[in-house]
Amino acid sequence: MYVTPALLFLSAYLILPTLETVYLSFFDGRSRNFVGLKNYVFAFTDHTMLVAFRNNLLWLVLVTGISVSLGLIIAVLVDKVRYEAIAKSIIFLPMAISFVGASVIWKFVYAYRPAGAEQIGLLNAIVTSLGFAPVGWLVERSVNNFALIAIMIWLYTGFCMVILSAAVKGIPADVIEAARIDGANSWQIFWRITIPMIRSTLLVVSTTMVILVLKVFDIVFVMTGGNQGTEVIASLMIKEMFNYRNFGRGSTIAVILLLLIVPVMITNIRRFKAQEKLR
Amino acid sequence: CQGPGVNGDEDRKQVTILGVMIGEQQEKIEQALAPFTEATGIEVVYEGVDTFATTLPIRVDSGRAPDLAMFPQPGLMADFAREGKLVPLGEILTPEEMTEAYDQAWLDLAAVDGTVYGVWYRASVKSLVWFNPQEFAANGYEVPGTWEEMMALSQRLIDKGKTPWCLGIESGNATGWVGTDWVEDIMLRTASPATYDQWVAHDIPFNDRRVENALDIFGEITQNEKMIYGGKVGALSTPFGDSILGLFTDPPHCYLHRQGNFIAAFLPADVDDDQVDIFPLPPIEEEYGLPILVAGDIFAMFNDTPEARQLMAYLASSRPHEVAATLGAYISPHKNIDLNLYPDRLTRKQAEILNKAEVIRFDASDMMPGAVGTGTFWSGMVDYIGGADGTQVLNTIERSWPR
Repeated sequence: MYVTPALLFLSAYLILPTLETVYLSFFDGRSRNFVGLKNYVFAFTDHTMLVAFRNNLLWLVLVTGISVSLGLIIAVLVDKVRYEAIAKSIIFLPMAISFVGASVIWKFVYAYRPAGAEQIGLLNAIVTSLGFAPVGWLVERSVNNFALIAIMIWLYTGFCMVILSAAVKGIPADVIEAARIDGANSWQIFWRITIPMIRSTLLVVSTTMVILVLKVFDIVFVMTGGNQGTEVIASLMIKEMFNYRNFGRGSTIAVILLLLIVPVMITNIRRFKAQEKLR
Repeated sequence: CQGPGVNGDEDRKQVTILGVMIGEQQEKIEQALAPFTEATGIEVVYEGVDTFATTLPIRVDSGRAPDLAMFPQPGLMADFAREGKLVPLGEILTPEEMTEAYDQAWLDLAAVDGTVYGVWYRASVKSLVWFNPQEFAANGYEVPGTWEEMMALSQRLIDKGKTPWCLGIESGNATGWVGTDWVEDIMLRTASPATYDQWVAHDIPFNDRRVENALDIFGEITQNEKMIYGGKVGALSTPFGDSILGLFTDPPHCYLHRQGNFIAAFLPADVDDDQVDIFPLPPIEEEYGLPILVAGDIFAMFNDTPEARQLMAYLASSRPHEVAATLGAYISPHKNIDLNLYPDRLTRKQAEILNKAEVIRFDASDMMPGAVGTGTFWSGMVDYIGGADGTQVLNTIERSWPR
């Protein structure tokens, strides 16, 4: 009874559009003719799509892995240091910048000028001052994906750090004290006490990052436009849907993205329920 | 909020327009429309949006079509014409009036399946090569009249240890259009206009040998690291608007730059008038002469009201074109515009090149389906400039053509 308004809103803004998207994914570009699984066959055979899947996997592993571990290391290292607040603020700062804003900033960092000309990009200025040839960070296929991934790591390490730091501070002091008395060194405390005690927070942060990474498209859109093998699933979805106006394919990619995110969400919800029970 | 297209007040005569021009350009078009309101008392409400291609279909589908729309390319206009949403121009103007105002070539570009629907307002000329005449004079270079001469000049520059071309194709999520423009220009110079039309309509496959031939000729410039300032990586990384700056550095980074007339807006402020000049991209095969690749903005009518009809007739008259010409950074596709009205030498020259052209064709990528024209054709050119195999690139584009 009391949940009716909420349910109505949810079905209007979430459930119905989702069903509509699934429905459209079985139709052609103009949503007129039923095409069966044709769009799905396209999604799993098209070369660009396969490149996007590969890139998304790369993004998932690197962004989640590096942001979470860097965040954790920083959280533990600055814990109880005199400049903790300042250090954390500086690392957290990029969080306040939008993806597009960050991309603009990093476009300057990665800017390329041919050898011999004055480098206006920070990274190429460093590279050339060391005597190397400038690198086309965003166009060389060997580095461009990593260049884009670095932006998101820069943006989200602070987020991981703040949440993990809170968890680290939540570890009861007596546990650590007891460990010290038993003769554990810092390394052992980190692996045997800290990590197990913040395990649930680590999982939540990681799953949140996974969801964020799967949704990323702004960085790719602004920095490379998906060219030179940098396409990701979400950026392809936008292209098919809005640039090419192929609603069938766009919806299909959206459905695939949804299916990829669902297991992560279920893990998160299970975790949440388990925690509720403990209380 | 009441959107345009809803004529609430019957006493107030007005015409609504949805267009792509915003900012400074919007002010200019409003100035060009002002004489109409003065003469007829009909108010013109111009609304400029930068999301025209998505906004217009939504408005039309929801029954709130503007009276007139100003399309940035005829492809979208053709879609609406085929759906029967547009009023043919023949109901407003006689064929004589049309041919008096526009060359047949422009009328053909405004036609859908043989029926003319639109009135051209603005033209852009793409087949231009920009250079620095002072450098040319100092070194004794001559403006090439044929493709061979142009390539010979390029080779001569390379032999002297210089770089002939500046090419920058980076354009955010639209990266690739500079490359498609090049290939279209070469295609027009190596194949008949009819073949070009077949290519646009996909009556010949995208990987046809004539397209491959055009791509190969483009490759003579892009696949040679010495031809382009910065080589492949430079071409892929340089924003299209920065590319032309290489002509004016000391010593110049390059001596030639192919780009449409709109690039004038990117010229550095400290460049003197006698440091910039243009020549039309020279012919390749003699039989196809000197065709010009164009783009432009075209008006078409959705709602058949007396006021809208009057405005369409006004737009086809020379008056708005003359007003816009004097305001600068504008070339008119209209037949009867005095070249002296253009405020600067370069615009005058561009208009002259356009007037002289025997064959004009519209930017092919703008006319192809979005999945190709703003998709694989763009990304294909990026791949090709990046060193991918031309045949493979064309095969990929061919496969992506919506069927």
